[in-house]
Amino acid sequence: MMRSTFPVLTVLAVIVGVWYLAVAPMNVRVALDQAERAGSAIVPEGSVPRRDVSVWRLMLNNTAHVPLGYALERPRLPTPGQVGAELWKTTGEMIAKGRAFSKRGLIYHGWITLQSTLWGFALGTVLGIVGAVAIVYSRTAQLSMMPWAIISQTIPIVALAPMIIVLSSQMGVEGRGLPKAIISAYLCFFPVLVGMVKGLRAPLPAQLDLLRTYNASGLQSFLRLRLPASLPYLFTSLKIGIAAALVGTIVGELPTGAISGLGARILIGDQFGTPLAIWSALFAAAILAGGLVTLLDLVQRLTLKRMGLA
Amino acid sequence: MSWVLVALLVWAAGWGLNIMLSRWGEVRAVRVAVPVIFGLTLLAMWEALVRGFDVSPVILPPPSVVAQTFAASTDILWTDFKQTVVKGALRGFVIGTVAAFVTAILIDRSQFLTRGLLPIGNFVAALPIVGIAPILVNWFGFDWQSKAAVVVVMVFFPVLVNTVQGLQESSAMQRDLMRTYAAGYWQTLWRLRLPAAMPFVFNGLKIATTLALIGAIVAEYFGSPTRGMGFRISTGVGSLSIDLVWAEIAVAALAGTAFYGTVAFVERIVTFWHPSQRG
Repeated sequence: MMRSTFPVLTVLAVIVGVWYLAVAPMNVRVALDQAERAGSAIVPEGSVPRRDVSVWRLMLNNTAHVPLGYALERPRLPTPGQVGAELWKTTGEMIAKGRAFSKRGLIYHGWITLQSTLWGFALGTVLGIVGAVAIVYSRTAQLSMMPWAIISQTIPIVALAPMIIVLSSQMGVEGRGLPKAIISAYLCFFPVLVGMVKGLRAPLPAQLDLLRTYNASGLQSFLRLRLPASLPYLFTSLKIGIAAALVGTIVGELPTGAISGLGARILIGDQFGTPLAIWSALFAAAILAGGLVTLLDLVQRLTLKRMGLA
Repeated sequence: MSWVLVALLVWAAGWGLNIMLSRWGEVRAVRVAVPVIFGLTLLAMWEALVRGFDVSPVILPPPSVVAQTFAASTDILWTDFKQTVVKGALRGFVIGTVAAFVTAILIDRSQFLTRGLLPIGNFVAALPIVGIAPILVNWFGFDWQSKAAVVVVMVFFPVLVNTVQGLQESSAMQRDLMRTYAAGYWQTLWRLRLPAAMPFVFNGLKIATTLALIGAIVAEYFGSPTRGMGFRISTGVGSLSIDLVWAEIAVAALAGTAFYGTVAFVERIVTFWHPSQRG
């Protein structure tokens, strides 16, 4: 772990550096338009003739105005610093002002997204575990359900997402929490199912036979042998599952008229042309994903250590 | 109420048939027949329940109506399929996977880069990357280029991570053997390490097939020419032509399954030697 810290930090530094360098060519046209409106002399004049000139030539001809691209209010590509400042403005500053849960802050929207993610994660995990138990214990269930579980994952869920939202609102379900949770559960159940089937089948025949010689009932051998043996597999799938559940929630928030949640912030940022809002919501989602996976990783380590498995 | 009874009977009959059939679970025909019967049972129950509870077709049309709409609007569906799957998803998939593959081979020569990029790639692969769709639509315009760009970003990291992991798969013993044959770097790569990496590469490719379709469809929600599956779905939901939406969903499902199936088929040919393919 430690020996990869330095390489990771180096790669990250390179990525941030390239990002900073890319801001200049990405924003130069917008920056020059603004400078021209403010009265500066730009070569060539007018934004329409400039469209035929490459960004590199524009930057060479107007070196003095390139730095403007790093401080635009509506940049095509914001700098990492701008994104960081926007993130701080919508989280830390809100807390400092004592309005942590204001609807204009990302904490509120992140909380909405986190709630549906967790509901979807819980639903998907329960479905996955129940499905895995059915598949391990019933040959019919295995033959009928396993191919469909695989096919269900090749269907792009986003095609279904607007339908699920319409259906649940027609059936009188208030709010968007439930449809979003269903979409998350759909993405989350498959890794759990596959991992649990593998895990429940992990005990060796000799171990199962040993329990039979103890005259253990089916339930006992499930609780004492198969379930504990499946835990390492379960945790690995849970980490994939929670990341998938977050993707599902964000996808559920993207189409048609959501107003709260990180996905909705992205949608609204797109409609109102405020790129900084999109970028900060994206990074908030990334931080949320990282936090959730790290948390599960911690629980996994603690549990497996207590069980003597790691 | 009689339709509900029909639904229950269909379920009992289908499941009972499957229980009987699964006694011969080793026979190939049975392995195909059982899931097909299961799927047909679900479709028949959907039909019966929608009729039984008199659900308005604006909310949930029965499968028979969807099938009729599908047959009646094949030209629309075909245009959308070409726009979204062939132009957006497939082109993005090819560009993204080739770029990831080449990057993986390049960074594999350096221990330092591998160690630095692998954790980052793993982390990025778990992020909700679909969110960048509006940004890329803004940069690349409404036509298929922006959709392909979203797909490129989405498929890049899973394929990169899996390929890098696969390239480390050959054992020290095998590499030493290649050295005793006086094989150079490229010969070792071509004859030993790439074949050994293939199961991992295909794992990444299979994940990427699903992501490619998701990316192409979501990007269309943020602006598209007046064709494409995502465009038709979002406008169809708005104008209450739900049967057409379900027909598009059916096309998306078929395209996704066919795409995945093709990759899985190529995998069987390329990695015929792997234990998981010999069963």
